[in-house]
Amino acid sequence: MASKLPKSPLEHSAGGAGAAAESPGAPPRGLLRWLLTTNHKEIGTLYLVFSLSMFFIGGIFALVVRLELFQPGLQFVEPEFFNQMTTLHGLIMVFAAVMPAFTGLANWMIPLQIGAPDMALPRLNNFSFWLLPVAFTLLLATLLMPGGGPNFGWTFYAPLSTTYAPPSTTFFILGMHLAGISSILGAINIIATILNLRAPGMRMMDMPLFVWTWLITAFLLIAVMPVLAGVITMMLLDINFGTSFFNAAGGGDPVLFQHLFWFFGHPEVYIMILPAFGIVSAIIPTFARKPLFGYASMVYATASIAILSFLVWAHHMFVVGLPLVAELFFMYTTMLIAVPTGVKVFNWITTLFQGSISFETPMLFALAFVVLFTIGGFSGLMLAIAPADFQYHDTYFVVAHFHYVLVPGAIFSIMAAVYYWLPKWTGHYPSERLGRWHFWLSVIGVNLTFFPMHFSGLAGMPRRIPDYALQFADFNLVSSLGAFLFGFSQLLFVVVIVKCVRGGEKAPAKAWEGAQDLEWSVPSPAPLHTFETPPHVTPQPHP
Amino acid sequence: MPRRLAWLSGAGGFALSPQVLANGWNMPVGVTDLSREIHSLHMTIFWICVVIGVVVFGVMFYSLFRYRRSRQPQAANFHEHTTVEVIWTTLPLLILVAMAVPATATLKNMYDTGDAELDVMVTGQQWRWRYDYLGEEVAFTSSLSTPRAQVRGEEARGETYLLDVDNPLVLPVGRKVRFLFTSDDVIHSWWVPELAVKQDTVPGFVNENWVRINEPGIYRGQCAELCGIDHGFMPIVVQAMAPDEFDAWLAERRDEAAQEALGVDRDWGHEELMTRGEEVYAAICASCHQPEGQGAPPTFPALAGNPRLQEDLGWQLDTVINGVSGTAMPAFRNTLNPVELAAVITYTRNAWGNATGDVVQPARVAERLAR
Ligand SMILES: [Cu+2]
Ligand SMILES: [Cu+2]
Repeated sequence: MASKLPKSPLEHSAGGAGAAAESPGAPPRGLLRWLLTTNHKEIGTLYLVFSLSMFFIGGIFALVVRLELFQPGLQFVEPEFFNQMTTLHGLIMVFAAVMPAFTGLANWMIPLQIGAPDMALPRLNNFSFWLLPVAFTLLLATLLMPGGGPNFGWTFYAPLSTTYAPPSTTFFILGMHLAGISSILGAINIIATILNLRAPGMRMMDMPLFVWTWLITAFLLIAVMPVLAGVITMMLLDINFGTSFFNAAGGGDPVLFQHLFWFFGHPEVYIMILPAFGIVSAIIPTFARKPLFGYASMVYATASIAILSFLVWAHHMFVVGLPLVAELFFMYTTMLIAVPTGVKVFNWITTLFQGSISFETPMLFALAFVVLFTIGGFSGLMLAIAPADFQYHDTYFVVAHFHYVLVPGAIFSIMAAVYYWLPKWTGHYPSERLGRWHFWLSVIGVNLTFFPMHFSGLAGMPRRIPDYALQFADFNLVSSLGAFLFGFSQLLFVVVIVKCVRGGEKAPAKAWEGAQDLEWSVPSPAPLHTFETPPHVTPQPHP
Repeated sequence: MPRRLAWLSGAGGFALSPQVLANGWNMPVGVTDLSREIHSLHMTIFWICVVIGVVVFGVMFYSLFRYRRSRQPQAANFHEHTTVEVIWTTLPLLILVAMAVPATATLKNMYDTGDAELDVMVTGQQWRWRYDYLGEEVAFTSSLSTPRAQVRGEEARGETYLLDVDNPLVLPVGRKVRFLFTSDDVIHSWWVPELAVKQDTVPGFVNENWVRINEPGIYRGQCAELCGIDHGFMPIVVQAMAPDEFDAWLAERRDEAAQEALGVDRDWGHEELMTRGEEVYAAICASCHQPEGQGAPPTFPALAGNPRLQEDLGWQLDTVINGVSGTAMPAFRNTLNPVELAAVITYTRNAWGNATGDVVQPARVAERLAR
């Protein structure tokens, strides 16, 4: 697999902790320190803490939705507020929880995994982060504005989001612009870091897969976030300046909105899953004590998925009235994605084969990822079959599909990463006992929540409805119970993290016996400054 | 509630309620040849996934069990195998091609809208459907008829809760019917699972789809695309009947429409306009402007006590007939006939404390429409 440990692991970071105090302008203390920090580890922590808090806010919104759907009828919220909850749940989870979590992990781990002293553009790094709290404060503030917050779904299809939108939509657009700028700047920084700051001797094909997948993700971000910026700017013009990009009465085209949105939106899906592939590709070999099977094919599969992601966007639009040739083209390209995705799953499983496997919490989450993400992949393959999609589209079957990919997919991988790298961040092992409780409750909760949605969707329940016909009642009851179980189990996650920061079993530099990458050569906890002298990575004859 | 508790504690947890048993938890086979084809594609791809899943997860769980650390203290060290990698890249590719062939055929079939014996224009409106039998001079709107009291839990919910409408779409069995879909406001999506037709209604565009129903019956569906507050409350009911019954029904509706047209020239009394207007208001206007005319500002202005409405009849006529561009107020010139327009305008000018005393005659509206 990737790079070997340097010969004497500890020598590179010696003196790191003292460096900050000696530097000319000593860093400010207290809150100002966090506001002004340019250190990749501190910014990584900021991203992760921000992401976790947003995960809970988005989670509360989801629980409001599940509460209303607990039984037929309207009991707790009005349809208008229900729509705001589904919309903000989606927006917050995608843009404020999952994406910043991966950026936080990138900030912490990419420099450590490639032997760089910091990110290439540290001040830009600070700016990228601090845009986010501003962006999402704006977005959440729309809830308090007259007419309420965005109520048109996280995909904000025009003209519901333009001509028919509440007045707060302009603030929503501004918030999304800020979040988008943050992502683009973060991506530029990650690319600059990976291409320029690798330790001497580390070739591209020596990089850990987390670095590879993030490199490709960063290119996707740079390619598609401007498209999102363009489409929301067109909305802004339609709403405030009398243009008619998406207004049919003025000669515009509402379907154009969907083409632009999904040209961003489909790669966005991979932005949320490729780094997860990288994380799982680090954890499985560690706990199987066996090198990753098919390193090179993993890299190529990731790249092919990224390229294909630009050619499949209209599979979200099979019933919007596309011509037959377009339906066929997008059906074929979408089916094709199964091939590189399959390669990845096969590689992970073959890595397990003839390993020596132990089941610490990070491994549990990574294994659940493989199984449940694959189930999300199967429903994705079903959705790719365009004629069948005429029945699946906009039903709970789709909701089940993308939640399998995003919750036990992206979010489980983030949790796996947190359990895996917490010893490096804090110097302590997270509680294995609490970690297991967290894991099993999450797995049960996630499946109780989302598995019945396959059935309610196939049986005919449309998504985004606040009330439903009686034949969907049982499925929704189970989903709601599962959602509350899953939601409240996440409090355990916070307990584990807080306990681990405060103390616990001391972790050595190489916290996991089977771990191979460069981050395990610096002490635990990693001092504020690491790799001030670059480590030398011995080039290996790569397989 | 006891029913669902029984479900939870039920034998093996799978004692499902009557509704679920009746409606199933799989895609309905449906009542058209195409819906059957689509269902069989769905089942084929499902079983392909099941087989792949059993093999893949089988190997995975075998490895997890067989190569756990306590049994296998030393791991092997291989990390590639070209033959295996080539096989697991090409084999899925072949399965996909095998799947793409029937899917392509079905899709081509779905797109073949030619040779229809009946054309029905379906127009999505917030939050109802308008059905226009093209060339037959029959058109009507169809909206939710489940009482709001059931939604609020103030009365018992019926079997077809949220799936009942005032005027179902009536279609003949055995004839090819072409649908033309469009919208007056936002995007909606017309979906009836048993007909396997789901098509977005896009403002400014016309989409096509078609159906040939094999069995008479009542088929229910819902709007599938988020379209605003009452997206969950715009169901679809299709009543499929034998061709001769259908022809009779159509003739009857045509006569009714002709009768209604005659009403335009007659002088209407205050009371009859108010009665008719109240019906139209409840079916068409109340979902936005609210049952008591109180509105839901800022998006939906109040009508009760609205000074402009009470002072300026010309403005109100223009607003209702032509809509207000850039807002949620649609044009009703094609949705409502002159009698309905006159009735609902008279009603809003004399209800909920609005006391203009005005009586707006259908003839006046017709003259305005003609301009
Ligand atoms: Cu997609
Ligand atoms: Cu709708």
